[in-house]
Amino acid sequence: MERHEYDVVVIGAGGAGLRAAIEARQQGKRTAIVCKSLFGKAHTVMAEGGAAAAMGNVNSDDNWMVHFRDTMRGGKFLNNWRMAELHAKEAPDRVWELEAWGALFDRTKDGKISQRNFGGHEYPRLAHVGDRTGLEMIRTLQQRVVALQQEDYQVHGDYEAYIKVFAECTVTRLLKDGDAISGAFGYWRETGKFIVFDAPAVVLATGGIGKSYVVTSNSWEYTGDGHALALLAGAKLINMEFIQFHPTGMVWPPSVRGILVTESVRGDGGVLRNAQGERFMFNYIPDVFKDKYATSEEEADRWYTDQAGNRRPPELLPRDEVARAINSEVKAGRGSPQGGVFLDVSTRLPAAEIVKRLPSMHHQFKELADVDITKEPMQVGPTCHYIMGGVEVDADTAAASVPGLFAAGEVSGGMHGSNRLGGNSLSDLLVFGRRAGAGAAEYIDGLAKRPVVTGVEEAMAEALAPLERAGGENPYEVHHELQRTMNELAGIIRRAGELSEALEVVEKLKSRAKNTAAAGGKIYNPGWHLAIDLRNMLLVSECVAKAALLREESRGGHTRDDYPIMSPDWRRKLLVCSAAPDGSEVSVVEKVQQSMRDDLITLFDRGELSKYLTEDEMAEFDAALAGPLVAQKRES
Amino acid sequence: MGYKAKFRVWRGEGGEGKLEDFTVEVNEGEVVLDVIHRLQATQVPDLAVRWNCKAGKCGSCSMEINGKPRLGCMTRMSTFSEDETITVTPMRTFPVIKDLVTDVSYNYQKAREIPSFTPPADVRPGEYRMQQIDVERSQEFRKCIECFMCNNVCHVIRDHEENKVNFAGPRFLMRIAELDMHPYDVADRKDLAQEEHGLGYCNITKCCTEVCPEHIKITDNALIPMKERVVDRKYDPLVWLGNKIFRR
Ligand SMILES: Cc1cc2nc3c(=O)[nH]c(=O)nc-3n(C[C@H](O)[C@H](O)[C@H](O)COP(=O)(O)OP(=O)(O)OC[C@H]3O[C@@H](n4cnc5c(N)ncnc54)[C@H](O)[C@@H]3O)c2cc1C
Ligand code: SF4
Ligand code: SF4
Ligand code: FES
Repeated sequence: MERHEYDVVVIGAGGAGLRAAIEARQQGKRTAIVCKSLFGKAHTVMAEGGAAAAMGNVNSDDNWMVHFRDTMRGGKFLNNWRMAELHAKEAPDRVWELEAWGALFDRTKDGKISQRNFGGHEYPRLAHVGDRTGLEMIRTLQQRVVALQQEDYQVHGDYEAYIKVFAECTVTRLLKDGDAISGAFGYWRETGKFIVFDAPAVVLATGGIGKSYVVTSNSWEYTGDGHALALLAGAKLINMEFIQFHPTGMVWPPSVRGILVTESVRGDGGVLRNAQGERFMFNYIPDVFKDKYATSEEEADRWYTDQAGNRRPPELLPRDEVARAINSEVKAGRGSPQGGVFLDVSTRLPAAEIVKRLPSMHHQFKELADVDITKEPMQVGPTCHYIMGGVEVDADTAAASVPGLFAAGEVSGGMHGSNRLGGNSLSDLLVFGRRAGAGAAEYIDGLAKRPVVTGVEEAMAEALAPLERAGGENPYEVHHELQRTMNELAGIIRRAGELSEALEVVEKLKSRAKNTAAAGGKIYNPGWHLAIDLRNMLLVSECVAKAALLREESRGGHTRDDYPIMSPDWRRKLLVCSAAPDGSEVSVVEKVQQSMRDDLITLFDRGELSKYLTEDEMAEFDAALAGPLVAQKRES
Repeated sequence: MGYKAKFRVWRGEGGEGKLEDFTVEVNEGEVVLDVIHRLQATQVPDLAVRWNCKAGKCGSCSMEINGKPRLGCMTRMSTFSEDETITVTPMRTFPVIKDLVTDVSYNYQKAREIPSFTPPADVRPGEYRMQQIDVERSQEFRKCIECFMCNNVCHVIRDHEENKVNFAGPRFLMRIAELDMHPYDVADRKDLAQEEHGLGYCNITKCCTEVCPEHIKITDNALIPMKERVVDRKYDPLVWLGNKIFRR
């Protein structure tokens, strides 16, 4: 069997994985990058709007503290505040670094990186390139990897001496030596042959889980592999109940249902209307945001040109609010003919400006839906987009609870709390990708000896099973039923009864999945690949439904029809999932959220905090206000 | 609304294969990739095809539809008549791995042979200042989604395997142009473009431009200007370098 020794194996070649690999290599570690698609095709390539970083290029009042506050607010204060702090502080450096590696962002008049408005961000903050920012980011990182390979070629005569990409290669198991990580096992999609990585450190950067839902903006890669690999290796997942339904996915034609319509459409002036032509978002401004959003169309429209004197339009509320509002309008019978609402930019900007600012949206609607967005409104509705939950990690090093395991990007949990702000993912990938690479390098430096690979035989038998079975279940059918179940019973609006039902179906599907058969051989066989991925999707779905059933409140990406109120007591609790090595015994337990550091919590005013915190916590806050740390900060 | 379409799909692996006929359901609004997926789910579970975004953004699903290089996810079924037989084959210029999936490693090799972005040593991150108008030319080329259809269609290599060694293809000649037009790049790749990467082989037929799903004007905006730069590089390279840096 093919076998490779590395210092660090990075699973995933999106923004997080590439940034982690670059860091590990820059710290002198021999690094493998493993990914399911071709190099440069990871999900990150699809990101449109931009990367949030408080550079203050467009509004000089912006700084890390404002960004930190926006991020915590967006996540309804459930965020791992240390991650939110590091993210807000380091994002500008990470974006500037991309520029030094060749990225070409759109510019301001004075030649700096331009920044655009996005939901939940107080100031224009997203570095962007039209509406293809993810492409720019992945290409830049890909080209940085190549640049490092060229350096290695100069020195060692081998491009792949220090960093090698294993593309179209899927990891199905992490390998361990006792408690610690010792490598990874996978197969080549092209040939079906197996491959073993022998490595003391593994960085998971596998992205999200959207393929468990029917209506999603996510690609086939998003089968929750990293989430499942971590669980099976003994690590923990947190916040799995929080899933972001992006308010604006395409609703027609059926085959493209769910494909994303970037939030930039609204950031650049687009408005939402129902079938009666009403700008309904004014009816959905929640109390906690009342003083930050415009209450009339006139004020909202003035904001685009004068942000100091006006409040922002309610179309730019955080995504969870907008998605729920659209859902309610459609349910109330005020939806568009094709089951969404109208998103209109055609009456808001000149046609040429639309084509310039939103070229790929213009293209996408023209090609896929016969709609010219410069002349008519789009029809849009919520789509499963992003999972806030993921591997529980240490904020500073990205280390999971299993020694040698690290996680960064969408697969990690905590940073975004109960709801992610648009643009905060791309910056998250860079900040924590780098930290994961550095964390892995540091971990290896502290190891006395290399751990030994075990468990290869078992991993191989597990992967081969669907091919060896004859006359079993069709994996496509099992997948389809899972997607429907999650969409209908554990989707945007949840109820106890439906979640329990979802869990029953998942249980049944789990046994059906163990009996799938893949026709054909080992060479590039998508049926076989799907049969293997099912284990991961089912495991992740179980975590989502179990955690969602337990959390008896509504917050961010978790809305319970039977518990519609956000509860300060629940804010203090995180739900933590774990499982046995064979994927059975998924358990979810409560864990107390750590209190925010004094110098961070005092960045908020009392009135705002009192909407989120318990009375005990408010008492702590009052004590902190009077405390020495804060007084010191005031003086300096 | 739905109808049954006739599809002929190339199936095979390891250098052998043939066109196979299928009858398959098509619904309103679907694209060719949807139909390929329906074949997978209902008739041939091991039919190999690459895809990711299904929205023309990742460049994975390149194939030849009725002989023309196209993205499967951006080719609407409504562009064909209902009784037409639609033939789907893999990209011809690259070796087939299986069915519609080809070995595109040639492209990654070429990418690695082009010297990377080289900024001046004394500019630190955060200090870059560029005008929009100066970045726009390279930005056009950076729209490239690496579908490799331009390389697939270019006659220099389409039927001439032997030229692959000396020719980077339009995609990577354009990459050279992109770096050459980057306001902060100080490396000179002009000789390299001509001598190593075969810029001279290109006789500006514009076939590459025609197939580009991003509508990048590869020939007019990248290849021809690059050819001109190679030709009039007689002037003092220091002056050229200075122009480049101080233009911003
Ligand atoms: C349409 C769309 C638009 C978006 N726009 C924005 C935006 O404007 N701003 C923003 O901040 N965020 C945006 N997001 C979210 C953001 O793009 C993603 O959260 C982010 O790109 C995830 O990056 P990642 O590095 O974690 O993973 P990805 O980029 O998804 O990469 C995952 C990698 O892991 C690999 N992988 C997975 N499983 C395995 C396995 N078993 N074995 C080997 N490899 C594996 C995959 O092949 C892939 O290479 C958008 C998302 C979508 C879908
Ligand atoms: S214009 Fe040049 S590169 Fe493009 S297809 Fe023709 S010969 Fe090839
Ligand atoms: S230049 Fe156009 S055709 Fe060529 S690889 Fe890029 S996107 Fe594809
Ligand atoms: S699937 Fe991404 S371009 Fe077609």
